[in-house]
Amino acid sequence: MTEAVRSRTARRLRRHSGTIAGAAVLSLIALAVLFGPAVHDVDPQYLDYRAKNQGPSLDHPLGTDNLGRDTLAQMLAGGRISLAVGMAAMLLSLTLGTMVGVTAGYFHRFDGPLMRMTDLFLALPVLPLLLVTMMLFRDPLQSALGPEAGIFILIVAVIGITSWMQTARIVRGQVLAIKQWEYVVAARSIGARPLRIIVLHIFPNALSPIVVAATLGIAQAIITESALSFLGLGFPSDFPTWGRLLYDGVPFLTLTPARVIWPGVAISVTVLSVNYLGDGLRDALDPHANVGDG
Amino acid sequence: MLRYAIRRLLFAIPTLLAISFVVFALLDLAPGDPTAQLPLTIPPEVREQIRQSLGIGQPFPVRYLRWLQQFLVNEPLNLLEAVLGAEIGDSGARLRVRSWATRSPVVDLVAERLPQTLTVVGISYLVAILIAVPVGVLSAYRQHSIFDRLGTVVTMIGFSVPTFFTGTVLIVIFSASLGWLPSIYDTTHRVTDLDSLVYQVKQMAMPVMVLALFNAAQISRFTRSAVLDTIHQEYVRTARAKGLTERVVVLIHVLRNSLIPVVTVLALGIPTTFAGAVITEQIFRINGIGALLIGAIEGADIPTVQTVTFLFAVLIVTFNLVADLLYGVLDPRIRYD
Repeated sequence: MTEAVRSRTARRLRRHSGTIAGAAVLSLIALAVLFGPAVHDVDPQYLDYRAKNQGPSLDHPLGTDNLGRDTLAQMLAGGRISLAVGMAAMLLSLTLGTMVGVTAGYFHRFDGPLMRMTDLFLALPVLPLLLVTMMLFRDPLQSALGPEAGIFILIVAVIGITSWMQTARIVRGQVLAIKQWEYVVAARSIGARPLRIIVLHIFPNALSPIVVAATLGIAQAIITESALSFLGLGFPSDFPTWGRLLYDGVPFLTLTPARVIWPGVAISVTVLSVNYLGDGLRDALDPHANVGDG
Repeated sequence: MLRYAIRRLLFAIPTLLAISFVVFALLDLAPGDPTAQLPLTIPPEVREQIRQSLGIGQPFPVRYLRWLQQFLVNEPLNLLEAVLGAEIGDSGARLRVRSWATRSPVVDLVAERLPQTLTVVGISYLVAILIAVPVGVLSAYRQHSIFDRLGTVVTMIGFSVPTFFTGTVLIVIFSASLGWLPSIYDTTHRVTDLDSLVYQVKQMAMPVMVLALFNAAQISRFTRSAVLDTIHQEYVRTARAKGLTERVVVLIHVLRNSLIPVVTVLALGIPTTFAGAVITEQIFRINGIGALLIGAIEGADIPTVQTVTFLFAVLIVTFNLVADLLYGVLDPRIRYD
């Protein structure tokens, strides 16, 4: 085995180990938040004042907060919402980005206006606008749709609407290239309609960069949601995500640092494994890419 | 090049106008009434007068155009006056964007808060560049070495861990447990002697490190892949083959070419860093621009929110332009025709 081949094999193995570890940790977290509450069946909102600010014990493996709520139960319940927000916001941003990208790439007429719109969205100051939108629409939506559904829909919508631009650009580039492939030209010349060509011929070939963008989009959405919650403009305390738990724990960080550490570790580990998974997928799905490699 | 620069500049103007409209219109939908907090004993006529004095009695297009005029014409004129020290026109009668909360011009509030943000953001960005560029270059130069592997893992972690978590962990360690550093940034602190300088360094250490680590992770990832793109080029092999020293090959042939995209990414990263500082300021209670924005949002001080948000947009558009032009200036292969 030559030096070059050996180093390439080592490199691939290492990269795969990162990807596999990322996927494994991510599924572990997903399983924990899905089935954890069935195993550790403590009501996350149950107040037990006599057991407040406790350290780890058999009853409360991660301790309790200043109102005697069980931290582990809150972490599991919060994780469900955090992951759900990440997935839903990613799906929305992916749908928007793919639609804009395909339309701009396939129909030349719309290319200019849609790409100008994408540029405009890229120049928006996202964080201030997110904060402002949360402030303006949180109360009206909560009273219209109920406290939980209202805030969930609002957060998913604002994150989705402000994060589709990269996907749109990638998809447009793919569509522009695939449109010139011979079999697409052939399909068009026998009179296939645009929708049929897009769905059957173009979309499947543009799928791999979309999958990569989707994976990395989940990480971005989770970070954005927890940042909003950390600034006090996201989910409320009685319906907390990991970001909100962290925010609520900050005033008590000298007393019970665990309340800050656990949600922070959960967010970081989730985002880290999603990023590793996304990097691995990018290398695996695109053999021509040499991102982060020579 | 010049034609391209002018075209880009002309395109930036409609972009900014569109963004200013989005920002203004979005906030104009605000259901809140600034007189709602005032006592109920105020008669309706007086309440209406207060509303008029806040400038909210007029129709939307008039208010939007006036805001634009105040922001784009009046305030630059004021700035010019302050710089030149001479009066231009009738500066007393010029309308200014005023905060609903303090009744002082928003631009003055921003000017008060800007130095704190600039110090922390500026120093942290410098620290980030000083850490990240050497790490990225070395990581790429010694690809697959232990240093590279460790560096890649560390940058991936730095890139994934949100700043509000690194910040709180640092507070838990250095303030709560060890008691070495203050957890709250005191902006009234003045550096007069050695002791106060030491205190200033201490209170800046954590916010600067938090921002620097996050930025360093992104910059070094980018630097590494940029260097890897050039290090295997033919001309680098030629340079080695003709017997140049390794030092010359790396510093002249590899670095000069691979740092072109890095410089543009550094320019693009500046507005993002300012936005990221909103969160860092919240953790360490620094009363900079971010704190001004959050405070204004919580107090429904619409003019302040509009102005600060629009300033962020100006920052983004400006540095996009700077990055585009830098790329053209630094890389002679790029031709804009």
